[in-house]
Amino acid sequence: MAQKPILDRLKILADAAKYDASCASSGTSKRDSRGGKGIGSTEGMGICHAYAPDGRCISLLKVLMTNHCIFDCHYCINRKSSNVERARFTPQEVADLTIAFYKRNYIEGLFLSSGIVKSSDHTMEQLVEAARILREEHDFRGYIHLKTIPEADPEIIHRAGLYADRVSINVELPTDAGLNRLAPDKNAGQIDGAMGRMGSDITEAVDARKRFRHAPRFAPAGQSTQMIVGADGASDTDIVTRASSLYGRHALRRIYYSAFSPIPDASAVLPLKRPPLIREHRLYQSDWLMRFYGYSPQEVGQAAGADGMLPLDIDPKLAWALKFREEFPVDVNRASREMLLRVPGLGTRAVGQILSARRHRRLRLDDVAKMTVSLTKVRPFLVAADWRPTLLTDRADLKTLIAPPQDRQLELFAA
Amino acid sequence: MSAPAQDRLAHVKLGTYYVVPLAESDDFEGWRDQARRLLMADAPPDRVAWTEPGGSAGDLFTHGDRRLPTPPDDAPQPRVSRRFMDIAKTVILHSDPERFFILYRTLWRLQTRPRLIEDAADGDIRKLADMARAVRRDIHKMRAFLRFRETKDEDGTEHYIAWFEPFHHILRHNAGFFVRRFANMRWSILTPRGALHWDGEVLREGPSATRADAPTGDDAEELWRGYYASIFNPARLKIGAMMKEMPRKYWKNMPEAQMIPELVAGAQAREATMVKAGEIDMGERPETLVAIEKAIHACARCPIGELDNTAVMGEGPRGAPLMIVGEQPGDQEDRQGRPFVGPAGQLLDVHLEKAGIDRATAYVTNTVKHFKFTAKTTQRGKRRIHQSPKAKEIDICRWWVESERAIVRPKLVLALGASAARGMLGKTVSITKARGVAHPLDDGSELWVTAHPSYLLRLDGAAREEQQRLFDADLAAVAKRLSELTDA
Repeated sequence: MAQKPILDRLKILADAAKYDASCASSGTSKRDSRGGKGIGSTEGMGICHAYAPDGRCISLLKVLMTNHCIFDCHYCINRKSSNVERARFTPQEVADLTIAFYKRNYIEGLFLSSGIVKSSDHTMEQLVEAARILREEHDFRGYIHLKTIPEADPEIIHRAGLYADRVSINVELPTDAGLNRLAPDKNAGQIDGAMGRMGSDITEAVDARKRFRHAPRFAPAGQSTQMIVGADGASDTDIVTRASSLYGRHALRRIYYSAFSPIPDASAVLPLKRPPLIREHRLYQSDWLMRFYGYSPQEVGQAAGADGMLPLDIDPKLAWALKFREEFPVDVNRASREMLLRVPGLGTRAVGQILSARRHRRLRLDDVAKMTVSLTKVRPFLVAADWRPTLLTDRADLKTLIAPPQDRQLELFAA
Repeated sequence: MSAPAQDRLAHVKLGTYYVVPLAESDDFEGWRDQARRLLMADAPPDRVAWTEPGGSAGDLFTHGDRRLPTPPDDAPQPRVSRRFMDIAKTVILHSDPERFFILYRTLWRLQTRPRLIEDAADGDIRKLADMARAVRRDIHKMRAFLRFRETKDEDGTEHYIAWFEPFHHILRHNAGFFVRRFANMRWSILTPRGALHWDGEVLREGPSATRADAPTGDDAEELWRGYYASIFNPARLKIGAMMKEMPRKYWKNMPEAQMIPELVAGAQAREATMVKAGEIDMGERPETLVAIEKAIHACARCPIGELDNTAVMGEGPRGAPLMIVGEQPGDQEDRQGRPFVGPAGQLLDVHLEKAGIDRATAYVTNTVKHFKFTAKTTQRGKRRIHQSPKAKEIDICRWWVESERAIVRPKLVLALGASAARGMLGKTVSITKARGVAHPLDDGSELWVTAHPSYLLRLDGAAREEQQRLFDADLAAVAKRLSELTDA
């Protein structure tokens, strides 16, 4: 079969990869190309080399090795029964393209994934081979993220961890029932098992490097996963609960949420309508609440409505505060960090500044205003030297006062 | 006012301005050394004018005293926290000519209030924090948005050259990053504020450059633009988020950015195509059985409709409590234009009668409306061999059987075989597992699943008997359930 020109294949295989939300290139070990033969460096914080009109960061060359696939997952554009145009790269082509882009400072590295061709093992071998060429033949020291295929031989998956900075295995759907229905060829137990093995391999490698300086690195940026939101009936509470159990069990660095978006040649089993993008945003906010603000999954669940869905019109932190008004107002001059972090409108940075500044002066509302973006949101929940919300905190129409209904705004987000 | 007091005031009023020129705009060491000396000589901030090369401030202070005061021998060494120095190192790189002044004023104030630096509500501290943030952002954006273009040097070596326009004095600061990242590559960065050249071993500085000194293109840019346009998901346009992180001011030196206007303009059309491709356009849902019959004859939304065959409409009374759904018309059905009239239909009739179900009171139809076959020439002449419809074809044809169901509104639907079950449920189920129980449907009616009678026809001996027994049991259960539903 004659191959299409590389530009055409790049377009097809990048287009097919765009449903993966992650493009992060941060959190790996620090290294650079001095003393080597090739190029590349990682300095902790990843760099977004461009932003696409969908607002997402382009940090890595994110492509599929091929979009041929023997699986038939309903939500996936590349499923067997889909009529999309197919293409494939060789591992050498992927490596060369990565180097060409990297030399021009377009990217931080490579995010390689693939449809399943021939077998899971064969496909995984191809992914690992591209990473091997980059690392061993080009002495490439930039970032590599490999998507691993849970059905593949654990030995091959293990080799992926030796070349890659980050590995990821997608749980795909928040519930096992959803997975059974929409991804008939996948198996929740198998995915969980592969994540578990990966998690313990990572822990072991970290431990080994502490004891032996030359122990090999293994996925120094850890593992992540992705869930598709809105393709099945899972509620936000289901998703948050699943997420917190994944963080707990497999030492995940990140969970990405991808709002199911209508894909060409969609399967008839799927909803044609996409969930509001704002839902994905609210889930990320709840993820942040659990990781940086000290909320438990149960508390995030409390912010959700009776149907288990987080409100779309206000953020989950405000929703929680409105439900638990007895915890407020909080005195900005005396309250603990934990309590200040619960005040809607105060982020981790503002709280840090408040804790530092209040050693020097009794903070007034004006001072707080300089550290936050939205005083309206903060006011009802705070006591300052010259401010006491008195009855404001308990007003029944508080939500409307802080976040007036804005149909337009939601529409803008969805546009 | 007494004479000595007047003298003192005159001194303050006419007192010396110290003009302090800095060697470079990013000369932190120079600023630090001079600031220390001024502090020790007790020179108040508003008496010091700082100047930098290329700055306009210098002209205003031509009368100022360029000789700095000599600090008294017993002047105490100024003390300042590490934290302030870190901020100052960054703020020095800012392009605001006021930065030296604000830094010195803060340093001055810190001598009496050492912990002022922690007070995020103070005006100077905030201003410095804002400037430091702007500088850090510019440093970061240069690392992100600078683009190299490949050229060949005379010795045949690849030489990568970039043109970049930073907003602050960050070029020298950023040199280390590019050296570490591209250690084994020959590269140059040209800017209006100076240039950097790396040959793989030594970093050299060069004079300020213009855009014309840099190459105008690179073959890889077409690939990169192709990538940029493809990785973007037109279903989720968020221009605000993009502009916040990649402001328009950077666009002119980024090869991919020139595509943004057309990508944005084309996004809605692209999304519409994406949705359209998935959503085969079935038009308005027909409201009468006659309308459905008319529409299915014209339907060619899947390849089956394009074969040499005729659509077969369901038959039976509107409002029938029972709807029986098969897979697709067979050879006989296709010829006669009626459902279940071939061998399988005849077998079905026998078993329905056994279960006490009167076919005439039921609405009988198929999931797929056209006969799918392959033509085969055998000894007995040309024959049309039945082919099972694919999942995709069933999913498309669901529209019609669902439309029929919406009009007939049966209390119970009996699906014969896996294709019919998929047509009703939207997913493939195993008959063995799904038979014998009611599956609730969204309108409150229920679905029962059993084998297709043509399956029985293909069996013989004990297997056939066993399957017939199961089939009869299913029909009996349906009959019982149906009487419960119609009595209620």
